[in-house]
Amino acid sequence: MPIDWNKYDTGPFHDELVETSGRPRGYAKELCKFIQNLSDVELQEYKAGADSAIKVMGITFRVYNDEEGSIDRAWPFDIVPRLIELKEWQQIEKGLKQRVKALNMFINDLYNEQNIVKDGIFPEALLTHSKNFLPQCKGVTPPLGIWAHICGSDLVRDQHGTVYVLEDNLRVPSGVSYMLENRQVMKRVFPEMFKQYDILPVDNYPSDLYDMLAALSPRNIPEPEIVVLTPGIYNSAYFEHAYLAQQMGAELVVGDDLVVEDDNCVYMRTINGLSRVDVIYRRIDDAFIDPEVFNPESTLGVPGLMRAWKSGNVALANAPGSGVADDKVVYSYVPQIIEYYLNETPLLSNVPTYRCVNPDEKEYVLANIEKMVVKPANESGGYGMLIGPHASAKEHEAFRQLIKDDPRNYVAQPMLLLSTAPTMVGNTVEGRHLDLRPFILSSQEVKVTMGGLTRVAMIKGSTVVNSSQGGGSKDTWIVDMEGS
Amino acid sequence: MLSRVASNLCWLGRYLERAENTARLINVNSNLLLDLPKSIVLGWEPLVDIVSDRTAFYAIYDVADEHNVLRFLLHGPNNPSSIVSSLEFARENARTIREIIPREVWEQINELYLYGHENYSKALVRRSRYEFLTEVIESVQKITGILAGTMTQDEGYHFLKIGRNLERADMTTRIIDVRSASLLPETETEQSAFENLQWMSVLKSLTAYQMYRREMRLRIRRPDVLKFLLLEERFPRSLLHALQEVGRCVQTLPNYAETKTEIERVEKMLMDANPQSLIQDKLHHFIDDVQLGINHVFNKLEETYF
Repeated sequence: MPIDWNKYDTGPFHDELVETSGRPRGYAKELCKFIQNLSDVELQEYKAGADSAIKVMGITFRVYNDEEGSIDRAWPFDIVPRLIELKEWQQIEKGLKQRVKALNMFINDLYNEQNIVKDGIFPEALLTHSKNFLPQCKGVTPPLGIWAHICGSDLVRDQHGTVYVLEDNLRVPSGVSYMLENRQVMKRVFPEMFKQYDILPVDNYPSDLYDMLAALSPRNIPEPEIVVLTPGIYNSAYFEHAYLAQQMGAELVVGDDLVVEDDNCVYMRTINGLSRVDVIYRRIDDAFIDPEVFNPESTLGVPGLMRAWKSGNVALANAPGSGVADDKVVYSYVPQIIEYYLNETPLLSNVPTYRCVNPDEKEYVLANIEKMVVKPANESGGYGMLIGPHASAKEHEAFRQLIKDDPRNYVAQPMLLLSTAPTMVGNTVEGRHLDLRPFILSSQEVKVTMGGLTRVAMIKGSTVVNSSQGGGSKDTWIVDMEGS
Repeated sequence: MLSRVASNLCWLGRYLERAENTARLINVNSNLLLDLPKSIVLGWEPLVDIVSDRTAFYAIYDVADEHNVLRFLLHGPNNPSSIVSSLEFARENARTIREIIPREVWEQINELYLYGHENYSKALVRRSRYEFLTEVIESVQKITGILAGTMTQDEGYHFLKIGRNLERADMTTRIIDVRSASLLPETETEQSAFENLQWMSVLKSLTAYQMYRREMRLRIRRPDVLKFLLLEERFPRSLLHALQEVGRCVQTLPNYAETKTEIERVEKMLMDANPQSLIQDKLHHFIDDVQLGINHVFNKLEETYF
């Protein structure tokens, strides 16, 4: 049975492709028509084509599982793309640039003058209790004052279609390789659609990343040595580390490949002996990068790396300590941060956020916990969260206790009705919730990917899109409807 | 080039070559079996000796029959040299150096591993054995071809070739050693047709039969076969050729002098010994020495670069 858009039910949600049953949005008309004209056999062929492309291309994601240890899973991918019009995207892009610019100024201020604290905008108590504020970074100003060179911000849309920033990932955001690979898969599987639409390309990300990293080099030489530092093949994002290194022509290194000598410079062990390294795109968390300074047990990092970085002999992206702004309590201050540093009105909204550290907000959260999403300040990957409406009374009570014990560590947000998009389920389409993670590169100028990684909650009704929790993804098309 | 990457590339070359050689070996033995009369018992055990050791095999199996040996060589637990294990190691190595090797090569290796993993049981059945083994051999050949056609011939490429040729040299000596030992006793008189067949199988394990024919224009005789497989520098799977390839690659690397000396030592041993005329016992000792020499070359590489 071919797909019948009249039977597609958007429910109470905003759907990315369909206004109401049977009425695709203007920019999605061609796509919906194309899909509707496919027979069951054709649909299965497209799906099988995508699956086999993913398998052959070796696009995997490592999933940790108690029973089986860790296993490589093929990247779960949905063949129906998610479309956004260029006009709308350009507004979002402006908002992201503004946001990341302010966040970088904020981080630099925190590690130096702390004017925002002195001026009473950002409470000092939050800073002293921040897990990700690293005193070891005080007094440092990296080149151009930029700390978070690569930021991945998560965007969602509510039932009215309004876009919100859900969180900013400023430590080691991942997923960009899947954005790039999704496009490759779509080109192999759906070449017809690329004729129909003016789809803006995403392929230039690796060269933008390279240029940004090269600009950080402490040595002014034509070909600085850039390396990608990975925890190794057992890391869930190893695929991405290797992919980016390959795309940039950079060396992919593990901690043992690097050494810091007495001159406070970083070297890598090569078949010619030691060779100087200028820029490290590190994909290892702060706590593990340098056992001399942080976790002494860590075997992933490089002893002396912080010395080398502080001496200005090597650039680290992202800079250590950037995670201070990756805190969900800090997140709630971003609108004020933008106003404070840029004197501008924020172009993108935050999801309203209650900070349990403030007694009255805490009381509100405790009283309404069954309606809210409660998040710990410094976790990522969807761990340690409470989704109030889906949780049991026992879980509500457990979280109430957690909040009372450590109010600084929790924020809560009203449950958003996340937008959906048609997603293949068997031989038909059903709405599934999704979000979007664009990647923002900052150096002399700020660049945003054309779209980003759309993550989909593959399970009906679920809003958890993290790949570590079994989510999947879609290709994201920024379409220029005026050009075509 | 990073030392770790150089080491990975070298091992990648070895594992791929090992998978291919093991597939060739099984293929030839299977064919030979069809040609020999029932009265001559050609065991499968020699194959275990060639790629691994008996202890590992008999830790799991009681008898070295066709089925057990094949299981062991294809996917055997306890056998890190099995085809599937070799492909798995190759894939893990390739995965850690994905940024170095051309993308098509990674895809081919990944695909070959998946194929091997999912289809090895085909080779247990005589009817579909040839298909499986040929697929493995051809896929490795394809990978070698893509590498030759698309990878910059820099140090990394040379490390791959070094690995491939060291493995090849090692395998060629193992095949000769085990096969010549398990052949019929040497006689001065007219050779039996079956011994002839067995020497042919040695040549065929190394895909050397046709080239031998063109080169030697002689009937299959032990000294000529040995001479061809050990000393023919123009034949890509002969011991001397493999060693010379390693030597040529090493010369493109920094600080190669000591490794080169080790290689020359083995080459000289080979030239001086006149191995084709050695009787079985002496040949066996000679091959032991050559294998030791190959190990020294590898150790020297490890010491210098990895």
